[in-house]
Amino acid sequence: MNTATTTQPTPHDAGHYPGGLMRWLTTTNHKDIGTMYLTFSLIMFFVGGLMILAVRAELFQPGLQLMQPEFFNQLIGVHALVMIFAALMPAATGFANWMLPLMIGAPDMALPRLNNWGFWLLPPAAILLTLPFTLALFGIGDGAIATGWTFYAPLSVQGGMGVDFAILAVHILGISSIMGSINIIVTIFNMRAPGMTMMKLPLFAWGWLITAFLLIATLPVLAGAVTMLLTDRHFGTHFFDAAGGGDPILFQHLFWFFGHPEVYILLLPVWGLMPHVLATFSRKPTYGYKAQVYSFIAIGLLSVVVWAHHFFTAGLPVPALFYFMFSTMAISLPLAVLFFCWIATMWKGAMSFETPMLFAVVFIVLFGIAGLTGLILADVAADAQYHHSYFVVAHFHYALFAGGIMGVMTGVYYWLPKWTGHMYSEKLGKLHFWLTVISFNLTFMPQFFLGLAGMPRRIPDYALQFAEFNAMSTVGAFILGLSQLIFAWNIWCCVRGGPKVDGRVWEGAEGLEWELSSPPPHHSWETQPVIK
Amino acid sequence: MKNAPAHAGHGAHYFVPQPSLYPVILSAGMFLLALGFVQTMNDAGPGQWVMLAGAAVIVYVLFGWFGHVIAESQSGAYRDWEDRSFRYGMIWFIATEVMFFAAFFGALFYMRVISVPRLGEMMAVHGVTLWPDFAGTWPTSGPQGAPFTPMGAWGIPALNTALLLSSGATVTWAHWALLRDRRRQLVAGLAATVLLGAIFLGFQAYEYHHAYTELGLTMGAGAYGATFFMLTGFHGFHVTLGTVMLAVILLRSLAGHFSAERHFAFEAVAWYWHFVDVVWLILFVFVYWV
Repeated sequence: MNTATTTQPTPHDAGHYPGGLMRWLTTTNHKDIGTMYLTFSLIMFFVGGLMILAVRAELFQPGLQLMQPEFFNQLIGVHALVMIFAALMPAATGFANWMLPLMIGAPDMALPRLNNWGFWLLPPAAILLTLPFTLALFGIGDGAIATGWTFYAPLSVQGGMGVDFAILAVHILGISSIMGSINIIVTIFNMRAPGMTMMKLPLFAWGWLITAFLLIATLPVLAGAVTMLLTDRHFGTHFFDAAGGGDPILFQHLFWFFGHPEVYILLLPVWGLMPHVLATFSRKPTYGYKAQVYSFIAIGLLSVVVWAHHFFTAGLPVPALFYFMFSTMAISLPLAVLFFCWIATMWKGAMSFETPMLFAVVFIVLFGIAGLTGLILADVAADAQYHHSYFVVAHFHYALFAGGIMGVMTGVYYWLPKWTGHMYSEKLGKLHFWLTVISFNLTFMPQFFLGLAGMPRRIPDYALQFAEFNAMSTVGAFILGLSQLIFAWNIWCCVRGGPKVDGRVWEGAEGLEWELSSPPPHHSWETQPVIK
Repeated sequence: MKNAPAHAGHGAHYFVPQPSLYPVILSAGMFLLALGFVQTMNDAGPGQWVMLAGAAVIVYVLFGWFGHVIAESQSGAYRDWEDRSFRYGMIWFIATEVMFFAAFFGALFYMRVISVPRLGEMMAVHGVTLWPDFAGTWPTSGPQGAPFTPMGAWGIPALNTALLLSSGATVTWAHWALLRDRRRQLVAGLAATVLLGAIFLGFQAYEYHHAYTELGLTMGAGAYGATFFMLTGFHGFHVTLGTVMLAVILLRSLAGHFSAERHFAFEAVAWYWHFVDVVWLILFVFVYWV
């Protein structure tokens, strides 16, 4: 073996760090890696957003206005894959990288080189995912994956080269997430400050711990499913082909065994973050710490046994329908506990409404709408009406935009001063907040009504009676998209400069992360604190 | 963890490695491998050469990165605290592998218990002849599949079971030797394990050849062929990886690495090997036997 490159075995490196681009390519520092995750996430948020703005522009009026249906379908599928795998998940991983060592009193993440690899797998995967668009311009292939993000067979078995690119991209994204999850689990188990028992662990860490377990349990199943898809496409197998004894519904089972927990993978880090923000700006301790921990665990366990509610209309046996309906509805119980704890944390608090608190409060309301409409969809009898309609689209955007992305925005505003040492512009932050909330509802509230009236999703044309609501939704989407430029500008200015902040940025903030300077030192807790 | 003190954290410094270029290079290699693979499958450009370049980059990184880690380990950079991180990491990595195989076993059980019998019932339920002579029993290549002979359990597969079980014993024997500092027994045990793994792979290759040339059993042989080759194929791939890893551990043992107290790499590979062993047992029962 190669021993020429012996390293200095200094326990804590006094060392030399490369600058410029090499700093980012080679870094093993959790803050650098967290920054890269968050930057990548923001860039891909705009990439995925531009794709869907093109879709909304097409849907502004009935009839085919701007694009062919094939391209429309490609934009929808890649929008979802980009937003889920390249925007929302990396944002949560970026939070974990930045905040977990600060919060649990660790010098860094447990496996720093693996951490770097986990990030650097993302750009190649994003290139693989979007490359077919470019190739099609040069006459190679027929564009990106056009099946929606769910890869349903047999459509995906018949699709072009874009499906292969998406399969390989998902494999690489999956490896990245698994490496990140292993690192987070090891960090939480092995790097906590002495005296920090599991029941003293910050809720953000608990949320991520359950997320990481869900990723470990389900992402390999997605990898297996798309591998079977690949062999069905190119190596003659019949997993999803009835002529050979296979079954296309098998793909839906395998996909949603991953796909449903994925929703909780996207949301649990946000649920972990919310109590910190709510407690800080209510100047009260978090209400019901234990109840929230047990709810996280209960939701994590339930999330892997409810997958078939995504395809109630596929022709499952009636007992299976009942089982998946009731198990799905059971998730609302621990979720209701979380809602109760969030509200009780604010109850009789000395509240103030800085930008992160505004996002957190509105998160409770809008995510509540996502939960309630989810209950409607969980009802087998009702779902036959709503399935594959715009009602579903509206539902999961309340869950994943209001619940996921606005949760991430909460975290960005809450922690940005900690990361940069500067305060962001509260004025621009509030402007961004109001524009986002109003235009978000303008975009997605009409889609509930469109869905109830029967408009199917993933179709570029629609009947005349859907025109007004679609026009409203498109106007909302463009305002929503443009408002995010304020967000990016505010972050940019905050990174470059602004009023200096102390270690404890917010008056009511509690926890180890606020005891370090802002920005924190290179090795966060070089000497671990002791928790009493 | 028996080597870990009550809590090593406080007062000790955790080893945070220097910046490293290996992760980025590895990602670039994987990108080339994936790109070339898509090209090859779609006959778009010189895919094989792109794949070859990607594979070469990956092999380079495996030598460089692992070599670097071994050097760090030999220089005493890792103590109990770091050792525990590696152990936890390996355990959860193996957990992901378990779930990867679970996907394919899930597909097998779904087909055998649900989709194939229901395909067979279609005729009786609907009273129409969709597929003449299709019974919906296992093994099958489906309503429109070609005839084939399924693989019997008591020839090579049973022999392979014995080989893998023996290799699990020999690697444990080597571990005992390491704990008692008997280096010759350690080397002998590891060499025997590598040899058994290689013989297993040889038999597996022969079995595939037999299946393709004489039994008509191919990846295209319907539900049976698909699950047979995917499960045994991915298992064989894992045995190959495990054998390579064991060979590296053997070479390191010959070079005098590992002590009775500190030998995470040995244990990690041994865990991996036992995992591959257990997967084979499930596979033997449900793919070959019942």
